[in-house]
Amino acid sequence: MQHNAQEPHASLPGVVFAAGESPLFALDDSVRILQRRPIGHYRVPTYLRGKVGTVVQIITPVGIDNEEEGFGRDAGVKLHYYRIAIPMNELWPEYSGSPRDGLRIEVYETWLERV
Amino acid sequence: MHESNEHGHPHAEISHTERPGYYEIMETAVRELLVEKQLIGAGEIRRQIEVLDSRTPALGAKIVARAWLDPDFKARLLENGRAGCEELGISFYDDTGLIVLENTEKVHNLIVCTLCSCYPRPVLGLPPDWYKLKPYRSRAVSEPRAVLAEFGTIIPDDVEIRVSDSTSMVRYLVLPRRPEGTEGFTEEQLAALVTRDAMIGVIPANSPAAENAP
Repeated sequence: MQHNAQEPHASLPGVVFAAGESPLFALDDSVRILQRRPIGHYRVPTYLRGKVGTVVQIITPVGIDNEEEGFGRDAGVKLHYYRIAIPMNELWPEYSGSPRDGLRIEVYETWLERV
Repeated sequence: MHESNEHGHPHAEISHTERPGYYEIMETAVRELLVEKQLIGAGEIRRQIEVLDSRTPALGAKIVARAWLDPDFKARLLENGRAGCEELGISFYDDTGLIVLENTEKVHNLIVCTLCSCYPRPVLGLPPDWYKLKPYRSRAVSEPRAVLAEFGTIIPDDVEIRVSDSTSMVRYLVLPRRPEGTEGFTEEQLAALVTRDAMIGVIPANSPAAENAP
């Protein structure tokens, strides 16, 4: 498995990709981490749910939905993880450090929505 | 194994007297079942322990020192951390990815796993206890500058702090800044300046002056 910052696919004219093969979000897209509250151990820390960030890297290749897999369900197709940048100010309104300080985290595609 | 204090200092006999906890019992039960069903053997368990024991911060220090000396290697390492490490013969037995985070005069990186204890084990071995405990995990993402100050690391306000929170797929390794006064150092000399904590991002790499201090 490789993880890098390259665009995942160079497309050849005429070749059609199946749903999920190409990333849904692009670099610099503004995205919100969904505000879900499923019961159990999920891979998106609760302090980030509902927060808005920016896609700074598309993790390739696609990965399995390990939350589904972790609960013993067939995880089905693979999707992308995205490295998201979120300013500390967005997370903590009283943050006292530099306004440039930020957080980075990889979030699975199913946990993101376009802003 | 000597049980007395023949080696010069007295201490209590090393033994387990407490009852095992819930998860310890569960681990033993699952392990015994897996062995009994012949899904894994004792040799495989021992082999995995040997794999873990073979991974220490010395590997990470070698990667950092090589990156300081070889700009092409550093570029490949920053492009794909895992491939860069594999190039040096370090395997990723847990099939995780690796993002190498370069500290510069404008950016300081810090790594944490708020969910549990994700850590770049293939290149650093087991994490320190404080990395796995809640005070570090919760404070690293909410007041990183205060946490760093407690490690003696003061980051100027004009330097951006980036905290990377590991989830399940990707691990991080901080590439510290090369200390001043290390021109002409060999890879081994440079690696000796790179500690585990510097690759977590809580301190800088040691300076050669401090190394030689009495």
